Amino acid sequence: MKADAIKAATETPAVNMSFTRLAWINVAKDLRLEWRSRDVFNSMMFFALVVVVVFSFAFERDESKPVMGGLIWVAFLFSTTMALNQSWARELRNGVLDAYRVSPAPAEALFLGKVVGNFILVSLLECLMAPLFVVFYNLTSVGPLWQLILVALLGTWALVVNGTFFAAMSIRTRNRELMLPLLLLPISIPAVLSMVTGTSQVLSGEGSPIVQLKFLAGFCVIFTTACFLLFETVLNAE
Amino acid sequence: MLRGENGAGKSTLLRMIAGLNEPTEGKILIYGTPNTKARHNMGYMAHAPLLYDELSGMENLRFFAQLYSITSDELLARAMERVGLDPKLERRIGQYSQGMRQRLSLARAIFHDPRLLLLDEPFSNVDPDSALQIAQLLADMRSSGTTILLVTHQAGLLAKLADEYVLLSHGQLVSRGPMAEVQQ
Repeated sequence: MKADAIKAATETPAVNMSFTRLAWINVAKDLRLEWRSRDVFNSMMFFALVVVVVFSFAFERDESKPVMGGLIWVAFLFSTTMALNQSWARELRNGVLDAYRVSPAPAEALFLGKVVGNFILVSLLECLMAPLFVVFYNLTSVGPLWQLILVALLGTWALVVNGTFFAAMSIRTRNRELMLPLLLLPISIPAVLSMVTGTSQVLSGEGSPIVQLKFLAGFCVIFTTACFLLFETVLNAE
Repeated sequence: MLRGENGAGKSTLLRMIAGLNEPTEGKILIYGTPNTKARHNMGYMAHAPLLYDELSGMENLRFFAQLYSITSDELLARAMERVGLDPKLERRIGQYSQGMRQRLSLARAIFHDPRLLLLDEPFSNVDPDSALQIAQLLADMRSSGTTILLVTHQAGLLAKLADEYVLLSHGQLVSRGPMAEVQQ
């Protein structure tokens, strides 16, 4: 084969699959791995359960309402941090991440896949924990339920998208379990404040969470875009 | 064939060609194309198997094949058969022996018929018969036009197959020449 023909063959783009399809392949793979190992979900569930039970001893059922927003998000925030570390640790075992990096698939598809996979797991955890909050804290929503669901969805996305990014950043550090909360928590404080305030407002019916929802939506858009644009650099940093 | 003592930089060189490590200076071209843009034409096998323990052999290959836009199971089954593995094996690879993982890792590196194959110790943990089988597979690929760059301490297996050797020491190229020189 002549040199030009060889060069042309080498340059031919091989990835004809759409970006969303590639991202979905990553989501499906992550969910399948989790279904078989259950190492992420079990640790998340256990941690959230411990928080719910321990705090239920500290508060009377009727006096916990003012702190409920904070309590709910403490459980989910720390459970999520655990999950995010695990989800990347799986990619380091057997060096699998290198196999992805040498493939022609875009790094962003891996990021989006991981974010969506983690979002599904954390949302599932929230759905399973909601009845326990009702039972242990006599939880009822005075405000509209759709607002609570929206705060939960946007808050979870904000945590997961930042968490997945910073977990990828800390993946090669020696103390990655410590590194992730150190990086994630300070940068997530504005979102966490909105999540807690918004949740408390819906549960108590005091005030409207619309401002918090708008803030969370903006936070999600800005940080999703920034993480998305920077991910390839983070992935290839040695 | 890349040769050199432990720590000479053989694996690092392979990783740089594969685009996993940045060279401190210069650039790497594969058939005139920067290595990061020629990934679909490259196969890479490392020390580690680069496979998910929780998936079966076929599931692993299917996942990685999709990253190369390959959706045909036939191609993957053929790759597994070429390395001496049964494509119908449903066991998760966490339960595979080291040798089987090594062979599956090779199947992962070759399923898309790369024009450049980078192999880091392909014969480690493999029994002598399987090593011969892999050497034969590499000979077939070489005959069909694939360029193979490999690191091995078992040079004897490739004595008749390799064209050229490159000797590294402390990250420097010490010598290179026809394979016959090594045998002498």
